[in-house]
Amino acid sequence: MNIPLADIAHARSGDKGDSANVGVIALRPEWYAVLEKYLTVDVVSAHFAPLISGPVERYDLPNLGALNFVLHGALDGGGTRSLRIDAQGKTLSTAMLRIVLDVPASDPRVASVRQALR
Amino acid sequence: MNGRVVRIGGGSGMWGDDLDAPRRLVDGGPVDYVMLDFLAEVTMSVLQRQRTRDPSRGYATDVVGMIESVLPALSWGTVKVLTNAGGVNPAACAAAIAEMAARAGKRQELRIGLVTGDDLLPGLDALLAAGHEFRHMESGEPLAMVRDRVVAANAYLGSAPLADALALGANVVVSGRCHDAALAVAPLRHEFGWAPTDYDLLAAGTVAGHVIECGAQSSGGNCLADWRTMPDLADVGYPIVEVSADGRFVVTKHPGTGGRVSAATVTEQLVYEIGDPRAYVTADCVTDFTSIKLIDERDDRVYISGVRGGAPTGKLKVSIAYHDGYKAVGTLVYGWPDAVEKARAAERIVRARLDRLGLAFERVHVELVGAGATHGPLAGPDAGRDAPEVQFRFGVRDRDRANVERFTREIAPLVLNGPPTVTGYFGARAKVEEILGYWPALVDAAAVTPRVELAP
Repeated sequence: MNIPLADIAHARSGDKGDSANVGVIALRPEWYAVLEKYLTVDVVSAHFAPLISGPVERYDLPNLGALNFVLHGALDGGGTRSLRIDAQGKTLSTAMLRIVLDVPASDPRVASVRQALR
Repeated sequence: MNGRVVRIGGGSGMWGDDLDAPRRLVDGGPVDYVMLDFLAEVTMSVLQRQRTRDPSRGYATDVVGMIESVLPALSWGTVKVLTNAGGVNPAACAAAIAEMAARAGKRQELRIGLVTGDDLLPGLDALLAAGHEFRHMESGEPLAMVRDRVVAANAYLGSAPLADALALGANVVVSGRCHDAALAVAPLRHEFGWAPTDYDLLAAGTVAGHVIECGAQSSGGNCLADWRTMPDLADVGYPIVEVSADGRFVVTKHPGTGGRVSAATVTEQLVYEIGDPRAYVTADCVTDFTSIKLIDERDDRVYISGVRGGAPTGKLKVSIAYHDGYKAVGTLVYGWPDAVEKARAAERIVRARLDRLGLAFERVHVELVGAGATHGPLAGPDAGRDAPEVQFRFGVRDRDRANVERFTREIAPLVLNGPPTVTGYFGARAKVEEILGYWPALVDAAAVTPRVELAP
């Protein structure tokens, strides 16, 4: 089944030099398990490929129900050099939430998501 | 929580934040300290540019009015203020605050602590000669590559010199570049006598500072989780941490103010601008964000405990600014129908003109606001379809100023020579902007000597 990330998570993004970080936070504590399993570095790298030039790193914060992604080469050279209107990556949070997760309906992790989104 | 708490309010989250927020924090209920953060990576470059033009500038001028607005509480001794508004010229900032207080007849009531030593530029060549390479934290390149173009180099100081200023009796502490969170850690060290090796406590203070350093961004502002239902952001309550001596703290705001303090608003701020959460590095300690225990107690109270930290790395982060060429962005607005196609036609015209002029640039970037400027290709092929208008932004970047200057003449003619229904061209003559590149590096902490004094 397809789960729009925007239905199960919120996010905030910011800049560090030419990198951006996107913190993705489960809207309910029990949905963190879905993020942890399916919002992989591969999924995020593929999603952002047209927008960033460097690698993606993921860090887990299970205590906050959150994952932190660092996107390298995400800001066209960084805050002062960038020609983009979003030179500091403030909207990369919602760019992340455009991801639609492809999840097997049989996975017990998604039961509560299925119920909530019905 | 039992026992004494120290209340610290975050009264400014950036340069340009609400001028009245510190006064509302001080007047709206009990706070012992107000921290005012002004410095982002970009801000230091802006301030450096100002100081280059006028040696008496280079600090966040807004701070003077903010401190003026809380002069009564400072005079009564009910509140103290810590700020990094000093930017690249903390002495001038302290002098401006002193002058304001003198005009108000309150100079005697202010004891202004001045923290300097973050500015490494005067001794930069000596440091390089001594083998400090200041390698770029991302690319690994040594600073020698751009040394002749460096205009500023500032080390991130920790909380110790700020706490020393409080110990000298300061009720206003002005510093240059320090870790934002240090503005909160310092009063906690001062009040509770935390030792330099109390890493868990320093880490807890760092998390508290991180939560309030961006002002109302942790109390309802810019909150994606529930912005539609966020109450009264026109009177948003700025965040306050109530910290106890053992490092546990509550995030809250004054009763009756707008916004919200909840697990959602605080967690969004906790993950803001962090890298590896197990190793959030400051001059004071290495904080483990995965140790944070967060409980939403409802009614605008979020309780945080369990924070763990380790010894600092022995290195300080250094933020270096260097001349890195020029840029300019020209903008126009194209109206319905077919706004996107018109803007793309305009792009082709400008590119053809630049080709004919023989102008090449290090970088050309074109984006359409209203049709995927922020998310690029992720916005999908239909972005901007049938939009009532789009803003066309044509940007160039190059080492050669004359190249960029020549480009700026190529946008305005489109008003008469290009696709139809174009507007929004006041200022279509793009301005050339000098780029100060950002070069993050590390230096041995022992090579940096913070200085603390009371301003004259």
